[in-house]
Amino acid sequence: MALPARYSRSIDWVTVLIYALMVGLGWLNVYAASYSPEAPAGGLFSGLSFQELMAFNWFKQILWIGTAVVLIVILVVIDYKAYDTFAFVLYGSMIALLIITPFIARPIAGSRSWLELGPIRLQPAEFAKFITALAVSRYMAGINLRQQNFRDQMVLAGLTLLPPLLIVAANETGQALVFGAFLLAYFREGMSPLILIILAAAGAILILALLVPKLWLVGAFTAILLIVFAVNTKVLRHHLPLALAVWGVVIGMVFGVDFFFNNVLQDHQRKRIEVLINPSADPLGVGWNVTQSKIAIGSGGLVGKGFLQGTQTKFDFVPEQSTDFIFCTVGEEWGWVGTTVVIILFMALLARVLYVAERQKSVFGRTYGYCVASIIFFHFAINVGMTIGLAPVVGIPLPLFSYGGSSLWSFTTLLFILLAIDAYRKQDLVR
Amino acid sequence: MQYLEGRKYVVQALFLVVALVFGARLFYIQVLDGSYKLAADRNTLQRIVQVPYRGLIYDRNGQLLVQNTPVYDLMVVPREVKQLDTARFCQLLQLPLEEVRAGLKTARTYSRVKASPLVQNLSTPELAAIQDNLIDFPGFSIKARMARSYKTENMAHALGYVGAITPAFLEKPKYAKYLPGDNLGITGLESFYESTMMGRRGVQYRMVNVRGIEKGAFRNGEFDTLSIAGQDLHTSIDIELQKYGEMLMQGKRGSIVALDPKTGEILALVSAPMYEPSILTGKGMGNRYMELLNNPERPLFNRPLMATYPPGSVFKMVNELVALQMGVVTPETGFDCNWKLVRCTHRHEAPRNVTLAIKNSCNPYFYQVMRASVLRGRSTNKFEDARLGLAEWRRQVMSFGVGDKLGVDMASEKKGLIPSPEFYDKAYGYHRWGYKTVYSLSIGQGEIGITGLQMANIMAIIANRGYYYTPHFVRGIGQGGPLPQFTQRHVTTVDPKYFESVVPGMQAVVDGRGGTGNFASLAQFGISVAGKTGTVQNPHGEDHATFAAFAPAEDPKIAIAVFIENAGFGGTSAAPLASLMIEKYLRGKVVRKNWEYWLQGSADKFIRRR
Repeated sequence: MALPARYSRSIDWVTVLIYALMVGLGWLNVYAASYSPEAPAGGLFSGLSFQELMAFNWFKQILWIGTAVVLIVILVVIDYKAYDTFAFVLYGSMIALLIITPFIARPIAGSRSWLELGPIRLQPAEFAKFITALAVSRYMAGINLRQQNFRDQMVLAGLTLLPPLLIVAANETGQALVFGAFLLAYFREGMSPLILIILAAAGAILILALLVPKLWLVGAFTAILLIVFAVNTKVLRHHLPLALAVWGVVIGMVFGVDFFFNNVLQDHQRKRIEVLINPSADPLGVGWNVTQSKIAIGSGGLVGKGFLQGTQTKFDFVPEQSTDFIFCTVGEEWGWVGTTVVIILFMALLARVLYVAERQKSVFGRTYGYCVASIIFFHFAINVGMTIGLAPVVGIPLPLFSYGGSSLWSFTTLLFILLAIDAYRKQDLVR
Repeated sequence: MQYLEGRKYVVQALFLVVALVFGARLFYIQVLDGSYKLAADRNTLQRIVQVPYRGLIYDRNGQLLVQNTPVYDLMVVPREVKQLDTARFCQLLQLPLEEVRAGLKTARTYSRVKASPLVQNLSTPELAAIQDNLIDFPGFSIKARMARSYKTENMAHALGYVGAITPAFLEKPKYAKYLPGDNLGITGLESFYESTMMGRRGVQYRMVNVRGIEKGAFRNGEFDTLSIAGQDLHTSIDIELQKYGEMLMQGKRGSIVALDPKTGEILALVSAPMYEPSILTGKGMGNRYMELLNNPERPLFNRPLMATYPPGSVFKMVNELVALQMGVVTPETGFDCNWKLVRCTHRHEAPRNVTLAIKNSCNPYFYQVMRASVLRGRSTNKFEDARLGLAEWRRQVMSFGVGDKLGVDMASEKKGLIPSPEFYDKAYGYHRWGYKTVYSLSIGQGEIGITGLQMANIMAIIANRGYYYTPHFVRGIGQGGPLPQFTQRHVTTVDPKYFESVVPGMQAVVDGRGGTGNFASLAQFGISVAGKTGTVQNPHGEDHATFAAFAPAEDPKIAIAVFIENAGFGGTSAAPLASLMIEKYLRGKVVRKNWEYWLQGSADKFIRRR
């Protein structure tokens, strides 16, 4: 069990370094976001008692980081085989926890998804991500996705969809959307690209239907089909039923958007999409977050206003500034240079994770690696996208930057299980 | 399975594309688009303007005329208004429900968290009525500010008024420092001395958080400035004389201008009909202004500076002085009272010299004086001779401060008109007019137009025997003197020695037996008045009455011009009125109450019904 010298050599220190950099920069920005010019929390040496310091997010974040270090040690010390072996056990326990959570949790911000253990609040949905990643990787190792075994595919789909359904039931739609990221990992393992293409096309049609007059859209699509047929009459003869079916589905979607928009989406979700299209639609309501967040980032300029100098964040114009909107503090105080550094750090982390994943000899390890990259990427894309008005406001944190124990622990676990598996990859000749 | 490895590039490409899109988008909103920076400043920076104390206005004896008193605005913060009992609230404010509702709506539109005015310009008694009850209405507060108030009921035209700046003004570069809702002087002295009286605004930049709560000074007050109070104006107006003049002009149209000839200081400036300055202050000022504006008597029209009339016989002295300077006549020159040239005012003794001519206001005499000045034989062509002569005559006449703005410290002054040869060329054609066309100028009739202020200034010039200081209202700004241009002496083209020769005639007008201005005599007090009556032909109705004078003749302390519209002969109305003003100013009191009684009422009574 003791860490052998060989072990420390085999751990991927590049990933650890990027991780440490991101957590460190994240803490600096959490400190800036919770800093108040008139009551400077004066750092650790201000003579405040522990109880008083616990009122500050930056202080709690130090505790979270400290515990995360302990967590890392535990994660890499545990026999790497345990993650493989206990994947389904963990998955089962997590499903059970997700089911009971809404019944025992107090409602916080409209959702019953937080469990309280004394002073600590935990969100089981955060941990569902890495556990589901372990489970689907474990399952994937035993099947061949390319062989299109319908039963296997359905089991995999079930494993992937069960947690997000339970999370939606607890009214945490944002966290549930994250599970869509698994499709990228499945794609790498041989899933038909058609699924991704159809999903992307459907998304594009839905967005276009909201932006462009519907008749134009129908007209344009019909015209494209007719041109294809005119160019190649063979296609018409062989695929007429399919073409007509596709045409019908698209027309149905275009006109079904309104129904989906008005009857399926909840009020706040609808508004978030409306605001994405037109931020001035609701300037003091949902649009406020987007507008103020863009102002915060945009006012940073090239090099930013300087550490602790952000007015948008200091004076509470940006909501949720140390959690979901932490990127605003980066943008305002460090400018374009800062935001670019953060983006580069994310790209470096993702590239490294993909590299580590690709060097795994086991399907389990590689699939898990891709799950890690996909989940981090999804968080990054949606979180940064929403702060600059490119994605709807979805309440998910920026990995390793946002304040919060659940989030930090969950991403730490996600990442370091991969490193633990990676460290032993040379021993793993069996699978 | 190997070919699936290519898919890793698809995944990498996806990551990279998103990163590049974010980088580009961030570059756009952070570096290229400056609007977010402004938006952030708008969010947090609050500019608090400290309006300085506006300068006060005093009369020549140190009497306070215009001061600042606090008025109160009822402010509302819409978000803090809780369960408003509108019925009671309206009753308290004495305002109709709709008005309160509309006001609250406007305030909400402006901001839910910032205070905006609901009712402006509440006076202290109005405030007292509501202040105690205000505690029952959360969200409402009182904000005090300074507004103009008047210690006098007179001289509204000279004082002018202060009002909120209009959008049209805001666009002018001169008013770049003003903000919507700011007050400034709009007419009169308030306007002319705006920059000295307003002082310098102080500006403080404060940072506020999202709830509008102050979070301290911006950059430690680096950009803040302190306000500096405006400077007081010490006017040359004698408020007692002003008040007296306005009383005398009640019910008439016209003007009185009284000057101190030695300094050019304006002692009184009456424009009738008048209004009280306090009308243009406080609640409902806009409506009252419109009433004044639409009044057919045009009380806002500042007649002594803006109304130009032919001066009538008063102008004969200028005509004579110019002729003396040209050397075409001497004081001893006599002319016939030849009615064939021009109709005279009345049958009188032969104008054997200038004194008799002025005393009797002989029209044919001055016809011939001007003819001698104009037709000098400069050209064999009699039309060209008239043109050249008139040009030279006009140049000398204009040195008496007529035909152009004098430069008084008030913006609304008019130029008047001394017609030039070109003027007649335009009207009649080149070489199509001669002296016979323009002769009425010699007796101050016809195309000539001068203002009441210019007429009084002519009297000051004669009183000074040949020079004047530009008439002005303000003799002291703050601790200093008047504007530098008012201490500069202007001389006419006429040698001072000639002026003595017109004064005896003007004295004879007042004190000589059968003089046209006998009603203006102050001989009983030992004061010698030198004056001249005038009756201005008016094609639109009854003639206008004028009288211009200075006194005492030997050591003049006051020069005055009185103009009463449609009052006929100057000797019966304008002359006694001017003498009462002189008496009031020189003796401090008026004992000739019978004249006061005679002058009261409208101008109709002075018209001799035939």
